[in-house]
Amino acid sequence: MVINMSNNEFNNFKTVGNTKTSNEVVMSVENCNVFYGDNQALNNINIDVGRSEVLALIGPSGCGKSTFLRCLNRLNDTIDSCKVTGKIHLEEEDIYSGEIDVVMLRARVGMVFQKPNPFPKSIYENVAYGPKIHGITTSKQELDELVEVSLEKAGLLDEVKDRIHTPGTSLSGGQQQRLCIARAIAIKPDVILMDEPCSALDPIATEKIEDLINELKENYAIVMVTHSMSQAARVSQRAAYFHLGHLVEVGDTKKIFNNPEHELTKNYISGRTG
Amino acid sequence: MSNKSITEIVNKNLKTRYKKEARFKKYGQLSIFLAVTFLFIFFTSIISKGYSAFYQAEIFLKVDLNQEYIDPDNTNDLEEIRYSDFDGVINESLYSLFPQIIKRSDKRQLRDLMSSGASITVQQLVLDDLSLIGQTINIWLPLDDEVDMLIKGNIDVDLPEQARRISDMQINFIEILQKKGLIKNKFNKNLFLSGDSRESEQAGILGAFVGSALMLTITFLIAFPLGVSAAIYLEEFAPKNKFIDFIEVNINNLAAVPSIIYGLLGLAVFINYAGMPRSAPLVGGLVLALMTFPVIIIAARASLQSVPPSIRDAALGVGASKMQSIFDHILPLALPGILTGSIIGMARALGESAPLIMIGMVAFVVDIPTSPLDSSAALPVQVYLWADSPERGFVEKTSAAIMVLLVFLLLMNSLAIWLRNKYEIKW
Repeated sequence: MVINMSNNEFNNFKTVGNTKTSNEVVMSVENCNVFYGDNQALNNINIDVGRSEVLALIGPSGCGKSTFLRCLNRLNDTIDSCKVTGKIHLEEEDIYSGEIDVVMLRARVGMVFQKPNPFPKSIYENVAYGPKIHGITTSKQELDELVEVSLEKAGLLDEVKDRIHTPGTSLSGGQQQRLCIARAIAIKPDVILMDEPCSALDPIATEKIEDLINELKENYAIVMVTHSMSQAARVSQRAAYFHLGHLVEVGDTKKIFNNPEHELTKNYISGRTG
Repeated sequence: MSNKSITEIVNKNLKTRYKKEARFKKYGQLSIFLAVTFLFIFFTSIISKGYSAFYQAEIFLKVDLNQEYIDPDNTNDLEEIRYSDFDGVINESLYSLFPQIIKRSDKRQLRDLMSSGASITVQQLVLDDLSLIGQTINIWLPLDDEVDMLIKGNIDVDLPEQARRISDMQINFIEILQKKGLIKNKFNKNLFLSGDSRESEQAGILGAFVGSALMLTITFLIAFPLGVSAAIYLEEFAPKNKFIDFIEVNINNLAAVPSIIYGLLGLAVFINYAGMPRSAPLVGGLVLALMTFPVIIIAARASLQSVPPSIRDAALGVGASKMQSIFDHILPLALPGILTGSIIGMARALGESAPLIMIGMVAFVVDIPTSPLDSSAALPVQVYLWADSPERGFVEKTSAAIMVLLVFLLLMNSLAIWLRNKYEIKW
């Protein structure tokens, strides 16, 4: 059964569940709307992102999860027709009002993409690029250390330490994705956005990434888009269900999966939509 | 519909499908065969006509650098020596080979065998080493282009004497000299070391080569940075609006404008308005730059577009500014394509003659240009000029100039391929 919900049914829609986090709030989104030209892609989104937790964004294809994720580091800016309204705060500052520079924002909100996309440069340079452009390290030695620590944290160091100057693109898919994670954490962000980070990987590589996410969440706020219900259940503490540009339900992952309140969420979780 | 009928239908179609594929392959092979055949005919024709230009008939003479002719007043002044009668010493040496020739008109016919370049060769030798005055030197000197043509078999000796530019008596002289082993074909250094000349045996392509090289340098220095910057701006920074669309359409149009129009523009703007010298590589380079500019923009934009968006995302994602993402990541990836496109555009500019004719580079220029402001020829225009000359000797020269032009083009295209392979980043 396919549920086709026209926009009328979403009139005056209010998100079900608890949009607040029990942890310290790192990012908070208020009344966020996104338009692609005349098309509204996201309607009135309200949600908080908390420290030391993984927030999973789930929902059928085209529901706006990725769009929402790319709002959080303003990567949507690169699309000319895209317009964002509402407020998104990173700690105290509104990221769309000009209170925080976009380069600064992206230094504090790192991102890992669906397809591993290392730069076609050496492993070392991939990780060192961020710190270099931001001037985070002052000496070569410091930079070397930072690269090593980042690779270590991404669980890649042991596998690549003899060939740190070989091209990052020569690694396997799973290793490339961990390299991208190392690249993201090298600039010590507050938040890491992950857009289906495992969808291009085999189960073993996926497991490694999931373990990594589990470790990383101690120090970072992680927002992750995923199509895998089981993955969301395994790694996330909170989950948000999107449907046709609306944030339908938010809550603890356990509650969303075991006892969803909204009909749409129920249908999706039980495999009847999507 | 039963399963069997589907198998039958597929089977029936299968033959036609494979036939179509086979036919398409045949067309491809045929077109490649045609292309290779014409290329072969083209090269065979040019090389068979032009190879003889690389050697030149010369005569072995014992030249007595008698002080009666050279610097008779013993001034030791270089200027005085320069204007000495070098033709005289060569002629004396020539007469001594045929002591039986006494009549003035016969002597004249004998003299005419020599190239006017011979005296220049001797003059240069003496000016370089004054101690040679008074001595006798053994030297190979160039013969006239008509003699050269006769020896290369390009003159029909069976024609009546009036219909040839070389007389029976001269042919007789040459036969005697050949028997004595005094005439030989030597490598034609002149072709590569001198500028244009009215005498085909003295004409060389160095002037045109240097002119073309200077022009291309100017073209590259102007068109490449401007074209690439314009492409980066249009592709990465420009707002998407009607005005930018209008500019884009116009750039595409400019790339299709006939080159002679650029020549007229150069004539009007650079020469008439800005007062730059005529026939100068500077103006030629500017005109060719204008012509190459849109080609480079189009090539550069296409290469920039072909950089995968994931790289942009990756760079922006770690907080690179737009400028950093372009110069650190996108441009290096696009560079091989930009270079290839630019060099192909430059190669087109190298072969262009129409705009250069408009700005006066069709002039007869003997000197080899030393700066972009000197008058100069260019390789394609030199081909045009020589092809237009009536002397038989210029026919092979034309083919030789075409060969040099082709080698130049080949080198540029090889450079493009080499650069592409060098900078291409393997994924």
